[in-house]
Amino acid sequence: MSEQARQQAAQRGQWRRLPLIDSPRLRWGLAIGAVVYLFLALASVEVNWERVAEGAGRAVNFLGAFMQPDFVSRYDDIVAGLLESLTMTLTSTVLGVLLAIPVGLGAARNISPLPIYFVCRAIIAVSRTFQEIIIAILFVVMFGFGPFAGMITLAFATIGFMAKLLAEDIEDLDWRQVEAVRATGASWWQTMNHAVQPQVMPRLIGLSMYRLDINFRESSVIGIVGAGGIGATLNTSLSRYEYDTSAAILLIIIAIVLLCEYSSSHVRRWTQ
Amino acid sequence: MPVSTTPQGLPVWRRRTTRAQWLQYLAWLAGVSLFLLCWKMISDNTMWVFVEDAGRQGADLISRMTPPEWGYANVLWKPMWDTINIATLGTALGIMMAFPVAFLAARNTTPHPLVRSLALMVIVSSRSINSLIWAMLLVTILGPGVLAGIIAIALRSIGFVGKLLYEAIEEIHPTPVEAISATGASRLQVMNYGVLPQVMPAFAGISVYRWDINIRESTVLGLVGAGGIGLQLNASINSLAWDQVSVIFIMIFATVLVSEWISARVRHAII
Amino acid sequence: MLTLTGVGKRYPTGDRALTDIELTLPKGQVMALIGPSGAGKSTLIRCVNRLVEPTQGSIRLDGTELTKLSGHKLRHARRSMGMIFQEYALVDRLTVMENVLSGQLGYVGFWRSFLRRYPQEAVIEAFRLLERVGLPHAIDKRADALSGGQRQRVGIARALLQSPKLLLVDEPTASLDPKTSRQIMRLIRELCAERELAAIINIHDVALAQQFADRIVGLRAGEIVFDGLPSELTSEILTTIYGEEDWDTTPEPMDEEVSGDETTNTAPINPPYARVMSSIEAGAAR
Repeated sequence: MSEQARQQAAQRGQWRRLPLIDSPRLRWGLAIGAVVYLFLALASVEVNWERVAEGAGRAVNFLGAFMQPDFVSRYDDIVAGLLESLTMTLTSTVLGVLLAIPVGLGAARNISPLPIYFVCRAIIAVSRTFQEIIIAILFVVMFGFGPFAGMITLAFATIGFMAKLLAEDIEDLDWRQVEAVRATGASWWQTMNHAVQPQVMPRLIGLSMYRLDINFRESSVIGIVGAGGIGATLNTSLSRYEYDTSAAILLIIIAIVLLCEYSSSHVRRWTQ
Repeated sequence: MPVSTTPQGLPVWRRRTTRAQWLQYLAWLAGVSLFLLCWKMISDNTMWVFVEDAGRQGADLISRMTPPEWGYANVLWKPMWDTINIATLGTALGIMMAFPVAFLAARNTTPHPLVRSLALMVIVSSRSINSLIWAMLLVTILGPGVLAGIIAIALRSIGFVGKLLYEAIEEIHPTPVEAISATGASRLQVMNYGVLPQVMPAFAGISVYRWDINIRESTVLGLVGAGGIGLQLNASINSLAWDQVSVIFIMIFATVLVSEWISARVRHAII
Repeated sequence: MLTLTGVGKRYPTGDRALTDIELTLPKGQVMALIGPSGAGKSTLIRCVNRLVEPTQGSIRLDGTELTKLSGHKLRHARRSMGMIFQEYALVDRLTVMENVLSGQLGYVGFWRSFLRRYPQEAVIEAFRLLERVGLPHAIDKRADALSGGQRQRVGIARALLQSPKLLLVDEPTASLDPKTSRQIMRLIRELCAERELAAIINIHDVALAQQFADRIVGLRAGEIVFDGLPSELTSEILTTIYGEEDWDTTPEPMDEEVSGDETTNTAPINPPYARVMSSIEAGAAR
């Protein structure tokens, strides 16, 4: 309906909301497309209802287990897995952040030469595209089972995450401050230290804390493919249907993530 | 002030006071020793022979992965379709559940502080637990298959979408809300007219961004039996068919790039 | 028609915003409420429609005690009090027509309003009001595509669609340039006359208040320090309200500080969702 027609209709008291998409053909096309897709997608979901009915009892057991989590009977496994996860988290974050700094500097278009820029951006792209668990599979093959492969995996993922954000920070930092420091005759290193570092440092610390939190969450799954950590313990308990132990592990994970978030918000306030 | 005077009466500038300087040294010392301690624990649990062998293993892996067995790609279309369905249906289900949770969790729209902490609890639990763990859990309950994957993705998405959305709700401009309340509108009408239009772009943006992440995550759900291309990946790895694995990797890479592109396009169209 | 007796407001922090306000507003009277920033002008009119809860005293509108109302009854009472805001308080992403029709929310049920199926009479009245304020061509424009003066007109139309008995007007001109300010004040004045509406207008521009109001009330530190005709407002009284200043040489205070606003604005620079979206764009949200 034209603008004028809508005004005349409104004058007579007839008014409908403006459609979100102007062209009726596109509007109906999208709607029908969505319905067809939904139909095809739902049709391709095969559900074994007998198996689901059988599992319903387990679901109840599992919910019950949350009421009575069992920290005790697999105490040693839980502690060992947890310690491994925590150590992996810490070392990988430290290593990852340290390595992300040169990569991030290299990936910032305004301070690095073109060839280095492309190499660093490629590293970032690869690290960000693949799930941690896929990278973990490869590193487990290379470095053998255990937390070392897990640590390398998480460090690699950290590099992609941190370097991209760091590079973007550097790309839009306040250039006048850099020039002011340069104008005093400072060398490249001095410029970095006095003009770039103060501008990006607070966010860098905040992001590192955040990445610590992500790394912990990830460390709880890469154990599934043998890269160490609490994931292996969790996987075992689930496949043995020891839901009370699984519930205990999940509760611990939630508690640690909460703790991480709480403390990182404090650290962020403290550094800014 | 960190300007002090030497015994000779000359002013000395330091960045920090002596006490602060010492505290900083101590903090660094504690940090470094914690790192070394962790490193030692990892090192104790590591077979260094294998690590030293890593270069050779890596080269071996690459040689086995190349050339990719392209013919295998034909087997992968159906699993890829499943993967996309897991991500899309899971996202749809997840955002449907996240939407009310976000409104209950935002300080300015929650009906009661108690409800708020409950909603926050839901969000934190969902966020803390990786979709693979949700999938493992659901596979033991529902049996292996796409359904477990969809629900796993949905459960993980609640926390993500819920958190970002409730933050967006808390940042809306309060005056339009006030104005709508002043007309005598009911609570739901205030949400519908005052709050919703202000967060709609954020909601759409968050949802399509989560969809993009979910495509990534659903590629690996098959590792624990929850359907999609991960099942093939698992099978190929177990049979050491690395030339098939590389085909799968390439397909995942391509799909992820496409979904990332779509999601960025949609987000730009919204704003 | 509107009677305030002994109204006080103390914030939980202990700050006293209003003390013992006594005020009676007859039907059809346009009253300007002047006073320095922080004198409690905004709090006072927000107490009337209970956007702010008064801590003591009674407020009666046509015999109904407003301070005790809750739920359905409160919404019912709010319908009869139209409010006009300083920053227009339109919902940016809704169209002009939707913004005006939101004045009907107190009258229609949730599903009707959700589906935007407003009664025919409401739409006719909304369009007539838009014609009256001079914006019939803009019904399908989004509110954030309008200039400041146009937005304020939409805000006025929304308030009038409530068919109110009373208008509560909070600094209607604070964000407008001098010329638009006068146009808006004249419009409010005319509409009040046409519909026999009473109005309380918070305004910091004393000259505008004197020109357009029937009565002026001066507020200082939460207390009424002047109540009289515009012509009775002398320099001495202004000094008691605002403190020492050479009043005769500032005929239209504050005018220069306000930027011109009759050109079309673009969308607000910082939409509420900006931070969330930027964290998504950076890929930092996990």
